[in-house]
Amino acid sequence: MSGRVLSDATLGEIARLRDAYPQAQSALLPALHAAQDQVGYLSPEAIADVAQALGLAETEVTSVASYYSMFFLTPVGRHKIRVCTNLSCYLNGAEEVLRRLCERLGVSPGETTADGRVLLEAVECLGACEEAPVVLADATRHARVTAAGADDLLRELR
Amino acid sequence: MPEPLLMKYVGRPGRDAVDEYVRTGGYEAAARALKELTPDDLVAMVEASGLRGRGGAGFPTGRKWRLTPKREGDVRYLVVNADEGEPGTFKDRTLIEGDPHQILEGVLIASYANRVHRAFIYVRGEMFLGYERLRRALEGAYARGFFGRNILGTGFDLDVTLHRGAGSYECGEETALLESLEGRRGEPRVKPPYYPAVKGLYGRPTVLNNAETLAHIPHIVRLGADGYKAYGPPILYSVSGHVTRPGVKELPIGTSLREIIFEHAGGLRPGRTFKAVFPGGSSAAILTAEHLDTPADFDSLAKLGSMLGSSAIIVMDDTTCIPAVIRRTVEFYRDESCGKCTPCREGTIWLSQILDRILDGHGRMTDLELMDGIAQQMTGLCLCALGESVPPALRASLTYFRDEYLHHIRAGSCDVVRAPVAAGGASG
Repeated sequence: MSGRVLSDATLGEIARLRDAYPQAQSALLPALHAAQDQVGYLSPEAIADVAQALGLAETEVTSVASYYSMFFLTPVGRHKIRVCTNLSCYLNGAEEVLRRLCERLGVSPGETTADGRVLLEAVECLGACEEAPVVLADATRHARVTAAGADDLLRELR
Repeated sequence: MPEPLLMKYVGRPGRDAVDEYVRTGGYEAAARALKELTPDDLVAMVEASGLRGRGGAGFPTGRKWRLTPKREGDVRYLVVNADEGEPGTFKDRTLIEGDPHQILEGVLIASYANRVHRAFIYVRGEMFLGYERLRRALEGAYARGFFGRNILGTGFDLDVTLHRGAGSYECGEETALLESLEGRRGEPRVKPPYYPAVKGLYGRPTVLNNAETLAHIPHIVRLGADGYKAYGPPILYSVSGHVTRPGVKELPIGTSLREIIFEHAGGLRPGRTFKAVFPGGSSAAILTAEHLDTPADFDSLAKLGSMLGSSAIIVMDDTTCIPAVIRRTVEFYRDESCGKCTPCREGTIWLSQILDRILDGHGRMTDLELMDGIAQQMTGLCLCALGESVPPALRASLTYFRDEYLHHIRAGSCDVVRAPVAAGGASG
């Protein structure tokens, strides 16, 4: 795997993380978060850089990254919209919200818009059931989202 | 009704600031614990309080602490499970966002009680706001000398690391969480050893407690075991679904399901009638109207073949199609199964295929027995409780709502009247 893609800042952060744990491999999840935050997804080059920084095999890093739903091994939208479809949200109209977002964005759950801007995901319980239905737009949680509210949420992303 | 202990300041702004927490008496319990009590005093006090783990299993916290070997010179760890993910559960997130120092103070006392000098808080990856609040709280607490070297001049050292997960329900299982914290795939470990207390993080004795559990600790120290018990003892119920005032309700443990749902959570929407409830997250067997007077505690719910679990109460009214709800839960466990054990991996796939068939109008009369048989084969045969979380609700639904399944199979359609969309959406 050629070329390093992670910036000095990201590699510095990974080095700091490595030293923050009794064993270097414990820093793997936070390191992958840092790498993904910079690159947008975990490209083979980013995986290679993380592996080298932590002294791990690339296959090991890929295996771990592929286990977790918040890590992406292929390019995805810059914005991530996560619609909770688990019980409390389901009982309060999450399917309708998801349907509206699919229509507006022209994608199915799990897909990124053609312009590479937005990834739409149907996700499991976000632990905010008192606000059902809940949508997480990047790091911001939106409560009691209606189909109309989903339109507003998309406008705010731009 | 005693005043709330854990929820008292939740909802007030700025609770992640250490000065605000200290202003309302925060870290006084920890100071007293470190200066006036021995670790053994604290273990005894927590045992006497009767506190049981709030992550779902309900293991007595004091006994867990006592089971942790404390040999001089050994390295021990404390790991906080803040990977809340059981459907319907949001009490940990509410505490973390609303009063994070309460948990940190619990971490400090628990670490001292277990002679631990290194703690990790495993925060769920999707909990963006909670992570930020905890980060800010921890930073402030370090600055005031509540963490780090020679805490409050007592000579006690403790470092705490916040650790973000990355999206996996399975990592809420304690051995999977440890695997994840060690930088691996979040798959459960083979048991024995049964307790992380004996062999946990990096193979060392590890105290693994749920976030809410630790938030109880400062109150136990402040009030004493008896004073604390006079509050119920308190428990946080997460109430959601078809109720008008969903939220975290701090109540004496054993409050009846009826009182929780109809008094504290505002009851149902106008014109609706009660149909069913998950009393302890989606891993608990569903119950019906005839069970509403049951006290929501460990033993009473276990007697009904259900459980208190994470005390997440998900309420369903008469607009709910039960087979559709069960399909949604089965899909959840199917997607979150780590795939290590065959009964869980395959069983959840088969069950979701059969439920698809029934809800698509192609069900067969033999499907109900088939599902029941698969559910039985998923019980007691896996490394962790994930696969075993499916059968209780499924089998209870086959008992209490058999007619609904039969209607779907016979008529090929649903006979549940859906809620008007304007009122928050349809289901079923």
